[in-house]
Order: sequence, then C-alpha cells, then structure tokens
Amino acid sequence: MSEQALLRPETVLAEMKKNGVTHVVWLPDSETNWLYLLMKAEPSLTLIAVSREGLAFSAAAGLAAGGKTPIVLIQNTGLMESGDSLRGWALGLNIPVVMMVGYRGWTRHGVTQDTAATYTERFLNAFGINYYLVENDADAPRISIAFEEAKKTRRPVAVLVGDEYHGFNR
Amino acid sequence: MFHTADMLKIFNEHRGDAIVIPGRAGRHWVAISTRPELDLPLGDPAMGGHASFALGLALARPERKVIVFDSEGDLLMGLGTLATIAEQAPQNLYHFLLDNECYATTGGQPVPNAGNVSYDAIARGAGYPRAFAFDRLEDLAINLSGILARPGPVLVAMKVVPEVQNEPIGRRRRWQTRTREQVLKDLRAALGIPA
Repeated sequence: MSEQALLRPETVLAEMKKNGVTHVVWLPDSETNWLYLLMKAEPSLTLIAVSREGLAFSAAAGLAAGGKTPIVLIQNTGLMESGDSLRGWALGLNIPVVMMVGYRGWTRHGVTQDTAATYTERFLNAFGINYYLVENDADAPRISIAFEEAKKTRRPVAVLVGDEYHGFNR
Repeated sequence: MFHTADMLKIFNEHRGDAIVIPGRAGRHWVAISTRPELDLPLGDPAMGGHASFALGLALARPERKVIVFDSEGDLLMGLGTLATIAEQAPQNLYHFLLDNECYATTGGQPVPNAGNVSYDAIARGAGYPRAFAFDRLEDLAINLSGILARPGPVLVAMKVVPEVQNEPIGRRRRWQTRTREQVLKDLRAALGIPA
C-alpha cells in the first residue's frame, strides 16, 4: 500500500493548522488515536474533550461566538446523537464550523452493512449539511475546501473520514 | 426558594462588564440588564447546551468574565459537561444554576428525582474547585460579590420558584428584542471581534 493510499494524521493536523484551528472539540473514536497524540503535542491547539457529541456543538458555538476557530472531531455514531444540538447551536446560530466525522463502517468496496455508515449521509442530507469524503492524503485539500465553504456559507460543513485503509491506526 | 427576577435584580448590581448568558432567565434579564451589548439572550437554541456554550465562550475570551444562568433540566441532559468544564478550568466562568425542580416550559412536570439532587455536590464531584447552594435570596445576596471576586469555575445552585407555562409555544409572548444573529453581532462589536 503506498503512502498516498493512507490518510496520515500528520496531514490532518497540517490542514487544521493551515486553516487556523484554535480548538479541537472532540470525543475519541476508533480511528483517531494517533491524531490525538499529535494534536496533544501541538501548542497552537487546545483540546476540549466532551462526554457526549451533542455537547461538542454548543461548545464550538461558544468558541466561534468568541472569535475562535473550532473544529469538531467525532464519529458518525456521535453525529447522530447530536441532532438537536447541531440544529440549534450550530445551524441555528450560523456557526461556520467544520466537523470531521469518522465514517465508521463505511467501505468503498463491496456492501456497506454497518448502519452507523448507511445512515450517515442520509442524516447529513436531512439537515442540509454539505460533506466531503476524505480517504487518503490526496484528498486532504478537501478539508481546506470544507473550511472555506463553512466560512463563506456560515454553516457547518462535514468531512467524512473514510477509514478503509486504517491510516489513523498505524 | 426565591423568584428568578428578584435574584437577577441583585445580580445586575454585581455583573460589572461580564458577558451574561441568561438562558431561560432571559425573559426577565432583558428588562433588567443595563449592558445589553454584553448579553447573549439566545433563548433556548437546543436544550442541554448552555453550559457548554458558556465554556466555549469563556475559553475564547479569557480576559472577560462569562456568567451563565443554566437550568437543572438542561444540566441533567448533559451532566458530563461538568467534567469537561472542570478539566478546562476556565477561571473566568461562573456557572449559575436555576433549579425549579421541574420542566416549567412544558407544564411543570418534575425533573428526575426532583428536589433530591444536590447539584453543588455533583459539581464538586466532577472537579469544580468551588460550588455553592442557596435556597434563600438573602444568603445569596450576602455571598454574591465574594463568589464573583474569586476565580472560577464555580457552580452556584439556586432554588427558584417555578414559572410554569402551559400555553402552546406558538401562543407565548416573545420576549426577545433582538434576533440571535443580532445578539452575536452586537457582542462581537462590543468585544472588538472581527465579523
């Protein structure tokens, strides 16, 4: 498997820095432990660990209201848990936040059977939230596109992290 | 128990230049506050999120006190926020809790284990360095300036009289005088934050 086939956590961190992220509001998922270690070591980032994903959107709204640039880092299961908070705090207050969502259960090949994955895009579509799929380093510019779109539209935009290659797990 | 509006009148004398998120007390606060440009009367964007929103704002603006009037029904929806706040430990965050022991906006049904939950004890257990509980306004009034003079995070649980609403939401009087968008715009202007 070539390096290009992986989404390296260093690439994701570089995208965060490039887009001026100040705070990462997050709840661990099964794909992001290496990214966590990198973020923890990055002095320009403050990590805010929440206990349920819905709390991430209200916290991100507060950060954005105060002039900071948060990113929400959660799994698709948690995204679905967050529905009302996403509606009221992020969409309702016109918060331009990017959420990186671990696309648990999704696969490019064969049949995706995990309902966490099969409902993810339907959920985002129901909320009218645009999204970009990122599977490897070559897709990384889509993260910057998501930031630009969020800023321009003053809406949340999702980045779905397809973990086919388990790039975050090493 | 005491009335929320009476408490807010006393609080207003002590708020200084703090940012205030009045939460469900907004309908009283908009008529009492003398610094509306520093208020965030957002109503209820989504139940359970006021404390986390206040945390985000406090972390974003560490130079400014942030005071939130949360409610026990909201807090019960996301008690884990107490651990997050305690871990972040923003010294400028003052977490007031209006505990009327019920869901007043839906007709006054009791919250789980209403009347028997010690929110100050839960906050201390979650790692808040300070937490208080008041059921008499006189006691709160005596202690308020001291609470605000010391660093946060602090939780102040208050027993307040329920103001039960039974009218359908569509028929209730709208107390907001500004849109949420305007509220955020005004705050950013007051704090010198670029739009």
